[in-house]
Formats: sequence, structure tokens, C-alpha cells
Amino acid sequence: MELNARIPAGPIEKKWDKHRFEMKLVNPANKRKYSVIVVGTGLAGASAAASMAELGYQVKSFCYQDSPRRAHSIAAQGGINAAKNYQNDGDSIYRLFYDTVKGGDFRAREANVYRLAQVSVNIIDQCVAQGVPFAREYGGLLANRSFGGAQVSRTFYARGQTGQQLLLGAYQALERQISAGRVKMFPHTEMLDVVVAGGRARGIVVRDLKTGRITSHAADAVVLATGGYSPVYYLSTNAVGCNVTATYRAYRRGAGFANPAFTQIHPTCIPVSGDHQSKLTLMSESLRNDGRIWVPKEKGDGRPANQIPESDRDYYLERRYPSFGNLSPRDVASRAAKERCDAGYGVGPGGLGVYLDFADAIQRHGRKVIEERYGNLFEMYQRITDENPYEVPMRIYPAPHYAMGGLWVDYNLMSTVPGLFVLGEANFSDHGANRLGASALMQGLADGYFIIPNTIGDFLARNAPGGISEDAPEFAAVTDEVQQRLNRLVSLKGRRTVDSFHRELGKIMWDRCGMGRNAQGLREALQRIPALREEFWKDAIVTGEKEDYNQSLERAGRVADFLEFAELMCLDALNREESCGGHFREEYQTAEGEAQRDDQNFCHAAVWEFKGAGNAPQRHIEPLNFEYVQLTQRSYK
Amino acid sequence: MLIKFYSSTIGKKVVVALTGIVLLLFVIGHMAGNLKAFGGYDDKGVHKLDSYAIFLRDFASDVLGHSGFLWTMRAVLLVCLLVHVFTVIQLQRINSSGRGSRYAVVNPSSATVASRTMFIGGLVLLAYTVYHILHMTVGVVHFGGFVEGRVYANVYRAFTLSYVTFIYVAAMGFLGLHTYHGVWSLFQTLGLNTPDRHFVFINLARLLAVVLFFGFISVPLAVYFNLLPPPNVAAGVAG
Amino acid sequence: MKITLNVWRQRDASSEGSFETHQLDDVSPDMSFLEMLDVLNRRLEAEGKVPVAFESDCREGICGVCSLMISGQAHGPESGTTTCQLHMRSFKDGDTIFVEPWRAKAFPVIRDLVTDRSSLDRVIQCGGYVSVNTGSVPEANSVQVAKENADKAMDAAACIGCGACVAACPNGSAMLFTAAKLAHLSLLPQGKPEHERRIKRMVEGMDAQGFGACTNHGECQEACPKLISIEFIAKMNRDYIKASLLPEHTSSELLKAQ
Repeated sequence: MELNARIPAGPIEKKWDKHRFEMKLVNPANKRKYSVIVVGTGLAGASAAASMAELGYQVKSFCYQDSPRRAHSIAAQGGINAAKNYQNDGDSIYRLFYDTVKGGDFRAREANVYRLAQVSVNIIDQCVAQGVPFAREYGGLLANRSFGGAQVSRTFYARGQTGQQLLLGAYQALERQISAGRVKMFPHTEMLDVVVAGGRARGIVVRDLKTGRITSHAADAVVLATGGYSPVYYLSTNAVGCNVTATYRAYRRGAGFANPAFTQIHPTCIPVSGDHQSKLTLMSESLRNDGRIWVPKEKGDGRPANQIPESDRDYYLERRYPSFGNLSPRDVASRAAKERCDAGYGVGPGGLGVYLDFADAIQRHGRKVIEERYGNLFEMYQRITDENPYEVPMRIYPAPHYAMGGLWVDYNLMSTVPGLFVLGEANFSDHGANRLGASALMQGLADGYFIIPNTIGDFLARNAPGGISEDAPEFAAVTDEVQQRLNRLVSLKGRRTVDSFHRELGKIMWDRCGMGRNAQGLREALQRIPALREEFWKDAIVTGEKEDYNQSLERAGRVADFLEFAELMCLDALNREESCGGHFREEYQTAEGEAQRDDQNFCHAAVWEFKGAGNAPQRHIEPLNFEYVQLTQRSYK
Repeated sequence: MLIKFYSSTIGKKVVVALTGIVLLLFVIGHMAGNLKAFGGYDDKGVHKLDSYAIFLRDFASDVLGHSGFLWTMRAVLLVCLLVHVFTVIQLQRINSSGRGSRYAVVNPSSATVASRTMFIGGLVLLAYTVYHILHMTVGVVHFGGFVEGRVYANVYRAFTLSYVTFIYVAAMGFLGLHTYHGVWSLFQTLGLNTPDRHFVFINLARLLAVVLFFGFISVPLAVYFNLLPPPNVAAGVAG
Repeated sequence: MKITLNVWRQRDASSEGSFETHQLDDVSPDMSFLEMLDVLNRRLEAEGKVPVAFESDCREGICGVCSLMISGQAHGPESGTTTCQLHMRSFKDGDTIFVEPWRAKAFPVIRDLVTDRSSLDRVIQCGGYVSVNTGSVPEANSVQVAKENADKAMDAAACIGCGACVAACPNGSAMLFTAAKLAHLSLLPQGKPEHERRIKRMVEGMDAQGFGACTNHGECQEACPKLISIEFIAKMNRDYIKASLLPEHTSSELLKAQ
């Protein structure tokens, strides 16, 4: 597997400009001869499909949801970063670049991150022009707020529904192209495999979820924007339908999977309330702007929060990280919460929770201001927990939230399979080992609106359009494999529900490959996952028919892929013998319990190559060279 | 342009609202006129209600001719009523097809008796209007000794019968409901409603509904309960 | 808690449906309504029966895919709450609950409680966007937007496209959905230039999908999990009357108005 990142030469601030000039272009009259498949309609997928259709390409867009508007980007609450420096607080493209590289614990590619920071400003312009109702100051100008991991205020937001509003902007742009006939939309359609022919990705095989019919689609390029894989933990902040199938199937077809162990555990989620729990709900990181996080100083202090006097409270983030305090980056804040709870200071049922307290903020600003800022989040909290956060502190606990790992891509966002591009959370490129708040929306839209429409042209210009159809033997072969797998799944009539396998897998992953990892636990997981997988293929229950609307079968296929993918995650975690960002190997920590990187041996992206079922995957590395940002021990003190 | 406007659901609703306004204004005028029943007799012995009828008949007769105003009004009202009813029937078809299948359990949150009976109540009012014209204007279903032009006498004789009084009171119940939902709806449909004005419009609708209901039923009930003098048969022949 | 559940089962739009009764004896008040259905479905699967089809995805009240008419109320009894955020503590021990799919001509049933809401997407395709290509835009702060307009636009834009308004409306009308999108875009200067054409196309598109008309019951705003007000329907009516009956503005007039 060759890992050529194709990073343009020259100074970092000139790379993207220079590259855009050097890339080959497709003549405007020829664009309509090329067809592009886009899988996923989140921020990255919808914006990419719309923008490429605007350029004139024939686009086919696929999503498993019943409408492209429902992709999980919609649930992002807090905001989107952009280096506009509207606040005159010292922000710049360079600072956003620096913060992101540092926030990612120096495990991202400098050139990609710099480009991300560069186009961040265009994103805001684009979204405003689309009618995204960003929050505004009284004078009519755009408002900003602060977010974790940064000391400048550069986050743009639309109440607590920023992701929703940005996605609706992209969705509307997509619907515009659908009505113009330039995008053909396939909702309720799940991608089950990639077709590689002649060394290029030439199409996909999909299942129409309404009818169960399998069809294939050929194109000149395939773009995956299928999001992350956090539901490998079963409980996560992701939608219950989020899955790894598209990227994992692409991996099995030859796309390298980079850093699968890099997952983000978000510090502020509502704790689990019982065994019935199907998902965890995030409370926006923006709450940490005004909320103070604490636990009792006394182990097992059973008093209600309001009766614990100030002197008996441990504001552990403020204590440990005085300069960033409650706005420490996510990985740091999550780990600190876990540390306190593991040590027995946790609150709430099972001791798995810490307080996020607004009493000071309410006293300082008044209830009305707090209501304006976070009203909808407070309501959501109350709806779920039946507790009033204006009166008692919220209880929060970390939960799996985002996958920094993903398919490896070069500077053009192309995977190791030519013609297979990967955008947004599905790729590995910009967040290193930890993503900063309000950066996922930025990356999704940067990839979709501004990067792929440029870079895909370079690939297409080098390849004549067409030349293959769905009748080709390669399509028949993949379709056949997909059918066989579905036959196997639908014939599973064992004793255990698919859901119980997913839960068990999730527990293994959370305990052994979650916030804290160690070699022994990972080795155990690597023993238990294949055993669980074997049991799944013997004893799972899948009801209903194959060629029918069948939610049971949909779920089974996704869980089956998680059962394979989880192994890759653990393998990656085991092989990365250092701590960095969200990947915390307990063996590698400083005396103060902070993550200890090993830049000597692990300053690289680990890229896994599929070597056939039953064979161990091969680990490749893409060394990361830091020319601009100096590698330092990340400090938020 | 107008055809396109009318072909849209909003266009149709606007037509219903505008014709509704005309009908509403008529009904208010009618109700006010009815209250002349309490006016008693003038010094010539003509009942105020009868002289009001004469006034309507003779109004602007120099321009419009004998009964010209009355017939112009009748024509306008008839057109509005037909357009109102015809459009509502079209909308009702669209609406019942829009619902598709029915729910097994219905648990309305804000729909009122008034809003849910707009169509049925409207049909009742339509039937009542036909009856009322045949009853009080043409007189063929009066059955109490109808005399053309003797309005007060006709009214009085009509409402001594219980079933007539009942029909009128019940119909006015429907009119009140129809007015309440219709009035607040027309502000919404014409786009005049805003959160600031909502309070005014909803209360105006309530007020009109109540005033029309009580205004209209006051005469039949007053007659029925012998609170009005019997007609003076000898005096004042109108005609 | 003990709950008696009457769930609607239907093979597809062309088949007849009926209720199926299930007894759930161990319902926790902290469960969400959908988690309660999960429990039922896992039980059905374990018995080798086909589980009840219902849709859900984000389970935090924002994706808009969950639906359900719960004992005659769209998204159940709590105001401003989607089904996925509705918790069983809103019900009493021993309650009997009826669960039906959204019913409207424009929402044909796919299976059990799952309906096809693509008609809402088609309404958006009729102009529910600002025609701006990627890249060809001015600097974000070059156009100021009055805060109250931005806030009001956000109120309207909060729509999650779940279709509860249509489901709750006795006429199966999509006026609240359409009006919310129109208001969102027309309240912002970026959406103004196309407003007149947009409103005409979208109202026409809405009618063409087979939705009913509005008779001002107000059920839609009661059912709306985002509490979107019918004031936007009044605004749509007003704007539609103007756009349809007054001469169309020229492009330069519209840009000036921006």
C-alpha cells in the first residue's frame, strides 16, 4: 500500500493556492459527461453533492435516512469555528491552524489543517448567503462565542442548533440541484459495498431499504461522506443508525483505514439511567462557558449537591488547569472526569457522574441571560432526567461522540483506492488524536463545499468519462457477494437478539478501548471480539425477509460490520504505544496523569491494510512532519 | 392571475374570507334591524319594524328604482353566499382527501367545537337560510297567517309556535359558532393576524359571536315568552 | 409500570392495517417512549416474530425522523417534545396507549408506523432555498441582519421536518411546514430577492402534493415539537396574497429592498 499524501511543496500558506493552480481542470462542457456518486448527506455529503452538481457533474446522492435532511450532522449543537477575527481578540488563520494541530495532540497533517483554517472563513460567508440564521448582535453583525481548547472567541452559532441550521443550508442547496435535475437522490438507500474495477472505484452496491432490492450504480468517482463509527460502543451520542459499514466495506476493498483507535469521548453528556438506554445525549460543550464542573471533596459524599458547601467542593478542572479551567479540551476534560469517578468521587447512580453547576452563572448574569443562552439545552436536560438544572446542578458524564480515525486520504481527499474520495468524519485527516469543539462542522463543510469540488476535477480530468456500466462483471461479482452475505444474515434464526450482541460489543469496547486503554485489556478484547463474532454468526436472530422492508436485517448487517471493525480498533490501540489526545494508554502517562506522547516512535498516522478475511491486517505508517508547529507536551495549565 | 390565485388553496381561503366578511356585515345589519322589534309603534300606529322594512325598500329609490336597493343587496348577498358555499365545498373536498385515512383515536388539543363544525354548521346555516327566506320573506312555510309587508305581525305569529322558536334559536347557536371561528380565521387567512394582534382578533370574534347570538335570539324569545305586545292588526297597512 | 400497548400493524400502503395488543409489565419511567418500543421489539424478535417497524435516528429530538400518533396526539402528550424525547414518566401505571402512524394522503404508510414523508422534500424542491452557488457570495458581515429578524427567522428555521403538523391537522395540511420555511428565508435579506417567486412556487408545490388546506384549528402548532407558531401561516397568507395579486417586483427593486 502506497501512502503518498501528495502535499504540495512550498510555504504552508501558499500550498492550497498553488495546488489549485496546478490541478488539471475539466472543461465546463465536459463536466456533464462525468458522473459522481456521493454516499451520505450530512454536512460533507450534502455540500459536496450540491457543489459538484453546481459545477455541472452528474451526481447521484445516497442516504440511509428517509430524507437527506436527517443526517446526523443535524444534531451538532454548539457551533462552527472560523478564523474571521471579528472579535479582534488576536485570532487568525494561523492561530486556528495552530489550535487545531495542538488540540489534535500533533497527530494531524499540517498542510490539511492549514487549508481547513484557510477555508473556514469562506464557509461562514457561504452559509450566511444561504440564509443560515446565525446568532447576531443587536447591531446586526454576527455574534461569536468561546469553545473548548481555544482562548479566542471564534465560534459562530445558531442557538443550540448550529448543526441543524448548517445542514439545512446544505440540504436546501442539494434540493435545489435535485429540482434542477442535476442530482438524482436515493433516500432510504444503504450502501453495502464499493465496486473496484481496473484499479479504480467505479461504483457502489446498495440496498433500497423500502423494498430490500439490491441495485448497483456505476460512476466515474465515488465519494464517501458516511460519518463516524462511535456506535461501535453501542451507547454514544451518535444517531442509532450511524454505522461503519460504508467505510469498513471500502477498507475491505483496499482503502487504508487510518487511526481507527482515535475516538473522542465527549465530556458533557447526560449519564446512563438504566439498562434500557439506547443512546446518550450530549449537552453542548458551550455549557462549559458558564457552567462549573465539580465533585465533592469527600469520597461518597451522599448529600444533595445544593447542601454541599463551597469548601467541600472540588472544582477539579479549575484546580488542575487554571488557565483553561472548565474550557479545557474534550479529551482532557473527559479523562479528568473519569479519573475523579474512578477514584470514588463520582455523583449520581453508580458514581458515574460529575456536576456541571450553573449557580454562579445564574447569580452573576441572572436567570434570564442563562435561559437565553442555554434555554433549549436546559429543557432537554429536564425532559430526559426530570431534574431542573436551574435549581440543581446538571449531572454529566463522558460519552463516545466522534471518530477522528477514518479512511486514510491524501491532500486531495482521495483514499488509497483511486477514485474513492472520503470526506468529513469518515476520513482521518484534520483532527489528529482529538478534535476541538466546533471543528467537525467546519471540516465537513470545508471538505464538501471547497475542497472536493476542486480536487475531484483533477482526478476526473486524468480519466476519460464512462467506460464501465452496471453490467460489468465486477459489479455482478460484488452484487453476488452482497447477496450472499444478506442470505446468511437473514437465515440467522438463533437465540440472541442482534441488539444484545451490539450491547456486549459496546461494553467490551467501552471498558477496554474507551477513555483509558492498556495492553492487557486490549489483548483481552482482541480475544473476546472474534469469539463474540463467531457466536453472532451462529446464534443471532434476524427476522423477516431479505427483499422487504426489514429493520431487523438492516441492524444485523451494521452490527456484523462493527463486530469486525472493533477488532481493527483494538489492534490499532494496542500497536500505538503512546498516549495522545483521545487515545490514552494508561501505561504512558506523565507523573501528573497527562497523556505522554512518544514522538520518536509514533509521530505518524497508522494506516491499516485489509489482507483478506482471517488474515491479520497490515500496519503502514504515514510519517507526520511538523515544519510550522513545534511538537510540545500539550499544556492547558 | 386571478384564476391562478383562486386555484391555490390559499386563494380559495381568501375568497371564503372575503365573502364571509360581506355575509358577516349583512348579518350584523340584520341583527341590528331585528332589534327594531322592541321599538314599539310610532304615533301613526305603525310598528318600527314595519317602517324599517319600508325604509329599506324605499332607500335610494330615486336612483335604483322601487325596491332597487333591496334587490341589489339581495343579489350581492346571493352571489357572495354562492361563492362562499361553492368554494368551501371545493376546499372541503381537498381537505378530506388530504387527511386520507382516519385515526382510531382522536384527541384534539386546540381545535374547538366551533372550528370542527365549520362545514357541518355551515350547511345547517345554509339550510336555515333557505327556510328563513321561505318563512319570513316568501311566507310559504309560515303557517301562522303570513301577510306580505306586515313584518312585525309575521314575526310575532311565527314565534308563538315552539318549534319555530326552537329552530331559530338552534340555528343562531350555529351562527354564533360559525361567526366565532370564521371571524378569527378571516384575520388569519387574510394575513392580518400577528402575535400582538391575536388577542384583539380572538376577542373580537368572541364578542361578535356572543352579540349576534343574543341579538338574534332576543326577538324570538321575547315573543315566545310574551314579553312583546301582540301586533296591532287594525293599524298601519304597509304595502 | 405496566402498560397496555395497542400498536398499529400494516404491511404497506395498499394493505389494511389493524391494532395489535401487547402487555408490557416492566416499563421504567426513565425510559423514552422509543426505548419502551425497543423493549417490545426485542421481545418479539426473541419470540421469532417480526418487530414493529418504527423510525428513529438521532433520539435527541432534532433529526425529525421519529413520529407516532400516541393516543391521538402527535409525538404524545408533552408539549414541544418529539416522541424520542418523550419519557414514560408522562404516563401512568396501567395506562392503555394507542400507537398509530402519521396519517395523511401525502404520507403513505411504508410499514406499520413508518410513513413516506418525501412529499415534504418535494415542497422544499419548489424553491425552499436561496439560489446561491458555492463560492459566489459576499463577506458574511457585509450585510447586517436586524437581530429581531434573525431571531424570528431562527424560530421558523427550527422546523425539523417531522410532519407532526400534517399528521395532527384534521385536513392533513402542510401549511405550517411550508410557511415556516418561507418565513425563515423571507425574513433574511439573503432570501428576499427570490421571495415572490418562491412563495408562488412553494404554495403550488404544496397543493400539488395532496396536502389539505388550513382551516385554522391550530392543531399543527400544538403538535409541533419545536413550537412553531401559526403566525407564520398568517404571514404566508399575507405574502401570498401580495405576491399573487400585485405586479411582480423587478430584480433591482428587490435588491434595493434587501
